[in-house]
Amino acid sequence: MRWVPESPEVAEVAPPDVAGLSIEPLVRAAEAGTPPSTDAVDGFLHGRAVPVVDGSQVTFVFRGEADDVRLRHWVYGLQTATSLHRLEGTDLWYDVLELPEGSRVEYKFEVVRGGDVQWVNDPLNPHRARDPFGANSVCHGAGYAVPEWTRPDPESPSGSLEDRLFRSRALGGSRRVTIYRPARFRETRRYPLLLVHDGGDYLAYAGLQTVLDNLIHRLEIPGMIAALMHPPDRMEQYRGSEAHSRYLVEELLPDLEAALPVQGTRAGRCLMGASLGAVASLSTAVRYPDVFGSLLLQSGSFAFSDIGGHGRGPVFDPIADFVNAYRRAPKRVADKVFVSCGMYESLIYENRSLVPVLERTGMEVRFEEARDGHNWENWRDRLRLGLSWLMPGPLWLVYD
Amino acid sequence: MTTVLLGPVRRAGALVGEVRRLREAGVVDGSARIATITAGWQEWEDQPRPEVAELDRLGQRVVDLGLYHRAERVWAADPELAAAHHEHQMRLRLLRRSYNLRLEQTADAWLGLERLDDAGGVIAGELASACEAVQALDRHHLGRIAALRAEFEERWRPVERLAAAGERAEIERALDGVGLVLVAGGHVPLLLNRLRLFDLAPLLAERSVVAWAGGAMALAERVVLFHDSPPWGPGHAEVGEAGLGRVRGVVVLPDGGRRLRLRDPARVARLARRFAPDACLVLDPGARVEWRDAASTGVAEGVQRLGAEGSVAAAEAVAPPGAAAAGGAPAGGVPATGGPAGGAP
Repeated sequence: MRWVPESPEVAEVAPPDVAGLSIEPLVRAAEAGTPPSTDAVDGFLHGRAVPVVDGSQVTFVFRGEADDVRLRHWVYGLQTATSLHRLEGTDLWYDVLELPEGSRVEYKFEVVRGGDVQWVNDPLNPHRARDPFGANSVCHGAGYAVPEWTRPDPESPSGSLEDRLFRSRALGGSRRVTIYRPARFRETRRYPLLLVHDGGDYLAYAGLQTVLDNLIHRLEIPGMIAALMHPPDRMEQYRGSEAHSRYLVEELLPDLEAALPVQGTRAGRCLMGASLGAVASLSTAVRYPDVFGSLLLQSGSFAFSDIGGHGRGPVFDPIADFVNAYRRAPKRVADKVFVSCGMYESLIYENRSLVPVLERTGMEVRFEEARDGHNWENWRDRLRLGLSWLMPGPLWLVYD
Repeated sequence: MTTVLLGPVRRAGALVGEVRRLREAGVVDGSARIATITAGWQEWEDQPRPEVAELDRLGQRVVDLGLYHRAERVWAADPELAAAHHEHQMRLRLLRRSYNLRLEQTADAWLGLERLDDAGGVIAGELASACEAVQALDRHHLGRIAALRAEFEERWRPVERLAAAGERAEIERALDGVGLVLVAGGHVPLLLNRLRLFDLAPLLAERSVVAWAGGAMALAERVVLFHDSPPWGPGHAEVGEAGLGRVRGVVVLPDGGRRLRLRDPARVARLARRFAPDACLVLDPGARVEWRDAASTGVAEGVQRLGAEGSVAAAEAVAPPGAAAAGGAPAGGVPATGGPAGGAP
C-alpha cells in the first residue's frame, strides 16, 4: 500500500451544488440491464458537488477503472473501510452513507488495481484538510459550514509571530516557542497568556493565528499573547511526563513572564492542547494546581480503566496511570475547564467520562461535542466557544 | 448647549463634516479650539485614528484631553489611590457578575412565559410582571453601583487628591476657550470612569458636545450594554451603569444594525418594553440626532426607534418623555426630564 500525494492541479473552487438529484435513477437503469452511457455519467457529475449531500444521505462517488474502491473514513462507530459499488457497465463507483446533520467527515479512497493499493484523496472533491501526515478529503454534511471566523478577514488586523529558543534543564537543550502578539500590541499593557501544546500544528492545521486575529478583532476574546510550543518529542513529553510539566511551569513560564508584558496571574493564564496535548495540559495543571486559571482540553487521549486494561496499547500506559489516579482523587486544578471532543472519535467515551470528574471538584466545566473526528479542523471549529468562554473579551463593553 | 449623538464614525470626513455643519449653524465658533476625549481607546489614546486626525483639515486647533494617560499618571503618583481604585473596580466586577447571574434567571423566565401558548390571554399579566421583575433588577443594580461609587468617592475624594487635582486643573486650562468637545466611543465603562475621575460633567455642561458610538452611550442616563448574538449565552442586554445623564429619556444603541437582531420582533419588543418609557434609539453609521438645548426636541436623521410591539421605525423627532410621564423607570435614581439636561447630574 502506498500513499499517493494529491495533484496540485486539484481545483480549489467548489463546483455549484445541485440539490435533490439522486444517483438512484442511474442505479435502477443499470439494474434493469441498461447501463448508463458515458454521457449519462458525465451528466450526473456535471456541476455537482461531491460527495452528493441530500439531507442525511451522502453519496460518495469515484470515477475510474479499478478492481475495487473502498471508502476509508475516520468515523469511529462505522466500518473503517466499505467497498463502493460499481455502477454496472460504467467506471463510476458509489456508496451511500447516512450522516446526521452537521457532520464533518475526513476520508480517502483506497483504490485497488491489479494488486496495487493506493490511498488517494477524492479527485472530484476540492475540500481538503491538512494535518502532519498529509491531507484528507473532507465531506461537509448537511448543515455543516466552515465557520466564517476561521477564514482570513481583511478587517481583522494581523498579530505577529516570533520564534524564540528557551533553554531547559528539565528536558535538556533548548525548545522552540513561537510567540504570538496581538495586533496593536503595546508594551505597556498587561496581556493574558495562552500556552499552546503543539502550537506549530495549531498554526499550520487549525488556522490558530487567523482565529486569534479574528476573535480579538471582534472583541470576543481579549488581546492576548500566545506561546506556541513545538515539541520535538511529543510522544514522550505529552504522555503526562513530569519533566515536561516542570519545564513548562518552572522554566518556560517564568522566562515568558520575564520577557513579555503578561498579567502573570493565575486568572491570566490558560493552558491548552489537543489529543496528547490535552493530556499534557491536564497533567501539568494537576502537578501545579495553582498556576493556571483555565484549561482548554480538546479530544484528550484520556485513557483509563475501571477494571482490567485500557485497551489502547502500552503507549497509553502512563496516561492511564495518570487518568486513573486523577479519577480516584480528582482535585481542582483551574477555575474553568472547556472540554471538547468529536462524536466520531474513539475518545468520545473517555472525554465524556472526564467531565463529571472535573465538575465534582467545583471547577466550572463546559463540554462541547461535535459531529466530527479526531482532527485539526474539529479542534479549530471549537476554538471560538472555548476561548471566548474561558477568556471572554470586551464585546459587551466596547462600542466603536 | 448643543448635543449631537452619532452612530459609529467609520466614513472618512464624517467628523469634519459634522463640525463644519455646526459651524455653519452658528453652534461652534470657527476660531475657537476643539477638544477631543478619546479615553475609551485606552492605551491607544495617543494614536489618533484617521477620523480624528483629519480634524486638522478644519483649520481649528484640536486638543485631546488625554484622560486615559492622565489617569495612568495619577495612579503612578498616588499608589494609595491606585490601590483603592483597583479594589473598587474589583467590587464593581463582582457586582456585575452577581447581576448577570440574577439577570439570566429573571430574563429567561420572561422568555419562557413568552413561549407559552396563551390563547386565552391568561399569561398577559404574568408577562407584564416578568418585565417588571427585570426592570426592578436593573434598578437595583444601578442603585448598588451608585452606592458603591458614592462610598468610594466619599472615602477617597479622588479629584481632590494632589495628583488628580493637578491633572484636573490642566484639563480646565486645556478647555479654556473650547466651545465644542468631541467624545469618541470605545470602552464605555472605562470612558465613564475617566470622565468621573476628573469630574468632567460640569465642564462638558458648559460646552456643546458631539459624541459617537460608546461616547454617545456615556452621555445618556443609563448605559445599556447589548449584543444579541454573543458567542455564549442568550444575549440579554445589561444595564451597565448610570451615564452622565446629559441626554435623558433615551437608550442609545450604537451599531444596533449589527449587534441587534432587528428582524426578530419579539426581541425588539422586549428591549423596548424593558427600557420604556425611555426611547430605544438605534444609531448605525451615519445616524445623527441633535438637541439644540435642554428644552428643544431632538432632530434625528437615520435613527431608528424600537417599538414596544416589535417594530423598528425611523425616528425623525426625538422627544424624550417629560418628568411626569416618565413615571415608571427612573434610571439609576436620576429622575427623567424632558430633553437633554442642561447641567451635570
